[in-house]
Amino acid sequence: MLKILVNGEPLDTSAKTLGDLCIALGYGDAKIATALNGVFVAAAVRSATALSDGDKVEVVAPRQGG
Amino acid sequence: MLTLYGESLPSRLLLGTALYPSPDILRRSVEASGSSLVTVSLRRESAREKSGQGFWTLIRELGVRVLPNTAGCRTAREAITTAQMAREVFDTPWIKLEVIANDDTLQPDVFGLVEAAQALAADGFKVFPYTTEDLSVAERLMAAGCEVLMPWGSPIGAGRGLMNPYALQMIRAYFPGVPLIIDAGLGAPSHAARAMEMGFDAVLLNTAIAKAGDPVTMADAFAKAVVAGRLAFEAGLMPERDMAQPSTPVAGTPFFDIGHAS
Repeated sequence: MLKILVNGEPLDTSAKTLGDLCIALGYGDAKIATALNGVFVAAAVRSATALSDGDKVEVVAPRQGG
Repeated sequence: MLTLYGESLPSRLLLGTALYPSPDILRRSVEASGSSLVTVSLRRESAREKSGQGFWTLIRELGVRVLPNTAGCRTAREAITTAQMAREVFDTPWIKLEVIANDDTLQPDVFGLVEAAQALAADGFKVFPYTTEDLSVAERLMAAGCEVLMPWGSPIGAGRGLMNPYALQMIRAYFPGVPLIIDAGLGAPSHAARAMEMGFDAVLLNTAIAKAGDPVTMADAFAKAVVAGRLAFEAGLMPERDMAQPSTPVAGTPFFDIGHAS
């Protein structure tokens, strides 16, 4: 199990890649974008992006803005 | 017609989508404003609630173009990553670039702003920088590749209108061919009208409509003010005078006594 942070919350996960993580968390085909340790990770390469202990993952979606 | 990065927009009123009492009032306000460009943001999405998905559906149904922002970013790096995520989610290279210096004023950090603008423009983004009225910063932003500038009127959410009209007049005069959008701080339709009378190409506002007693009616009021201000600019305002000058002809005034003439 990896100990990571997802949107600032601690999470223990068996997911080995960012793509697996998004599926495991249930994002499905939701309109989201991701970053790993502050660096943008495009949807096309999430499944090829390995996770490591201590990683910080951001998952964002459209929201109201000014 | 307002043209931004080669795209023509029918309205010179750009609208934020935050702080509305309900999604329905947001939808009706955008429709009443006639705006064809609205700002949106990215925020952390809970896998359980997926609250961003419904908002995105609402915006798509409005059929307007979106301008994603980097609101809340405190460094160039945060803003660059946020812009990259926004480009993928919203499928647009347009980005309202905000790098914020401090929480009390929400003043742009102009150093981080220029740094981020350089990186994003080099990466193919069409950058709309939220900046101050500072001319040298504006020049740096233009050199970085920005083709639009968005100086503030007053701090975000302050509703105080144009706090530094002299400097804004300077930036307008200094960049006659550059689309300039007053972004932030407008509180009343008269503020928007004044910005348009000064020759600014558009205004971007959010709180003034969203926090009005009746946002839908206020959206209509702002739309009319922006049109009126633009027409006035195109028509050419009369020059101001220090002293009175009668508008009614003096010649032929009844009871005129040459002895009273001075």
